Amino acid sequence: MTTKKKNPVWAFFASVKLALFLLFILAATSIIGTVIEQNKPFSQYVREYGQSTAELFQKLHFTDMYNSWWFLSLLGLFAINLIVCSLERIPNVIRVIKKDNLRIDPDRIAKMGIRKTVHLSCSLDEAVTSVRKFLEKKGWKTSMRVKKDSVLLFAQKGAWTRFGVYIVHLSILVILFGAVIGSPTFAKKILHKPKFAFKGSIMIPESRATDYIYSLSERGKKIDLGFAVRCNLFTIEYYSNGMPKTYLSKVSVLENGKPVVLKNGSTEWNLEVNKPLTYRGITFYQASYQPYPDFLSILRKKGTEGQETKIISGGQQIKTPFANISFGIINQKVRGEAVQQLKIWFGGDGAQPSVFWIGNGQKAIIKRPSGEYELIVKQLYATGLQVTKDPGVWFVYIGCGMMLLGLYVAFFLSHRKIYALIRADKDAGTTVLFAGSAHKNKLGFEKIFSRLVKEFEDKQQK
Amino acid sequence: MNSSQLFGITTLSYLLSSIFYAALLIFKSKKAGRLGLWAAIFGVVLQTIALGLRWYESYQIGIGHAPLTNMYESLVFFAWCTTLFYIFIELRYKASVIGAFVMPFSVAAMAYASFASRVNQEISPLVPALQSNWLLAHVITCFIGYGAFAVAGGLGIMYLIKARSTSTDPDSMAASLPELRVLDDLTHKTIIFGFMWLSAGIITGAVWANEAWGTYWSWDPKETWSIITWFIYALTLHARFTRGWSGKRIAWLAILGFASVFFTYFGVNFLLAGLHSYGSS
Ligand code: HEM
Repeated sequence: MTTKKKNPVWAFFASVKLALFLLFILAATSIIGTVIEQNKPFSQYVREYGQSTAELFQKLHFTDMYNSWWFLSLLGLFAINLIVCSLERIPNVIRVIKKDNLRIDPDRIAKMGIRKTVHLSCSLDEAVTSVRKFLEKKGWKTSMRVKKDSVLLFAQKGAWTRFGVYIVHLSILVILFGAVIGSPTFAKKILHKPKFAFKGSIMIPESRATDYIYSLSERGKKIDLGFAVRCNLFTIEYYSNGMPKTYLSKVSVLENGKPVVLKNGSTEWNLEVNKPLTYRGITFYQASYQPYPDFLSILRKKGTEGQETKIISGGQQIKTPFANISFGIINQKVRGEAVQQLKIWFGGDGAQPSVFWIGNGQKAIIKRPSGEYELIVKQLYATGLQVTKDPGVWFVYIGCGMMLLGLYVAFFLSHRKIYALIRADKDAGTTVLFAGSAHKNKLGFEKIFSRLVKEFEDKQQK
Repeated sequence: MNSSQLFGITTLSYLLSSIFYAALLIFKSKKAGRLGLWAAIFGVVLQTIALGLRWYESYQIGIGHAPLTNMYESLVFFAWCTTLFYIFIELRYKASVIGAFVMPFSVAAMAYASFASRVNQEISPLVPALQSNWLLAHVITCFIGYGAFAVAGGLGIMYLIKARSTSTDPDSMAASLPELRVLDDLTHKTIIFGFMWLSAGIITGAVWANEAWGTYWSWDPKETWSIITWFIYALTLHARFTRGWSGKRIAWLAILGFASVFFTYFGVNFLLAGLHSYGSS
């Protein structure tokens, strides 16, 4: 270890005791926010706990504790602790890895925990060659040094696995970094670029588009998207027991009013829960919906291009561009908030008007003197989207991957060394002393070691 | 034969297994120990079939999802992981008394799943948020971890019983427990294994949340308790690696850790939710 005097602040942050303390404090204080509901209006705390307790909670930031200065400071201390502690130890690890293992005193090899002696009848040189060849064939790349009265062979595997722990520690920092980068608060208060990272939401009625959303952190504040999103259609499917099966919004992205081709190669994206859409770094999630008393109608005339999409209310009569045709909704059957059936009046081109019931959202085909028409009328819904821009999420994901990898390396792999000390005997023949060590999972290595040496012996006897 | 009947027989086998292991512990009957192992193996094989059957049944009623999506199914899966992990430990480390401290966890989970009125056993369809492969990965990884932590908790209890016993009587109950050194080492290995899986469980949960709602971490009580559990085990591992803690202190931490797992799983659902609903009503 280094003997250089350490700055006491450095020493404080390099201490593992501090890490244990911080882990304990983080675990203990985190409980508070699970017992006291977070981010509720003050009046609710007053109702639940009384005025003075509620005020105390607010003073201690218990009502939004995971964003409070003291909790974030704890996390900050934790990060500094992790950095300093790792920096303090990494040089040692590098020293261990770079160490000249051949400089070892032969007496120490004779005292290693895992060892085995093998006698050979050949000469020293032959013995060295055969041990070396054997080890190399087994994947142990050897190096050699001639000592006073012996030859030492050395091979190692997995020296790098000593870094496993530091991969884990680094991964935590990467995750914390990603969390900071992706935080709307950081974007606003430190970077002064609220558009760098944000969370918001928006309701878009079917057939309408929006080029802004509402910020979640600052109620009512608009955030410009820089492009527009249109909800073409929103549908809910149900299971037979009435539970919702799918919430689906068909959405398009508009640049300068024109739909653009999205990742799926189409201008329309099926936005479902668990199937978000990311465009220009901004991600849209299906989050909620809202039924309206109005209707969306889509009318198409067979044999012509294009369709007429309109929002209409019950009782309203709609004129269409097709041969004086107009139509309207004259009755409806409703269950709860959801319209089930609609009674349609469809006419105006001279003949007797068609009046019929159709299911909400179902297609009706209407034959008229002026041609054949396809009409869909459905209750108007607005889709509720959660909108997020989180440039840090990839750091978080990479950090998570590093953590799992690092944990695997740190827990299940080890740095293994094999020595073979080869000496000429007084009479003819040589003695090979095999010895080994592993910095972890010694039992596992012992097995591998015995098998290796046994195989060597068997080979020599043949 | 349907899956719930098979789960019923599984519960009985686990109960039998626990009784046999208890007999091994108290009467030192080797035969009871072997019967305990066989009952556990029989139960776990049956449970595997039952899980497959429940999966198949879900397709038959047109819902079609892996049996890992609600309280009932996760409890059953927890019992399965715990038993499987325990059988592995017993076969590998030849320490069968441990069963007396682990199999009761499996019995408790199965029995609670089957008999508690608040646990719905029906195969129910998945609401949109739950229709994600990340959810599957999340439940599987978490529960493998929980299974390991249950075993570690059992080992911790054994350690404390053994360490407390001053009797040198070779017929005492504590004498039939494995040596302290062995228990200590097993506890540690089990925690390491569980910690890997818990980390993977928290990560897959975060990815799922991000896919579904656009937030990988929102400090809701469940998430927070899982990270508290993670802190406790990280503390345990560091205390051991870097400060050389072992023995009683690690045993206590293993028990505390499992208590935290338990709370993450049940307490958050029932206690905290209850607290809030009292508050608001
Ligand atoms: C919750 C966060 C942390 C996790 C998950 C974590 C993880 C780990 C892991 C897996 C090891 C492996 C030990 C081994 O195999 O030898 C380790 C060792 C270690 N950790 Fe952490 N760690 C965390 C926080 C910290 C912090 C904040 C510090 C800062 C002091 C720290 C300091 C150490 C040290 C000094 C070692 C021993 C390295 C050695 O082998 O010499 N850890 N940590």
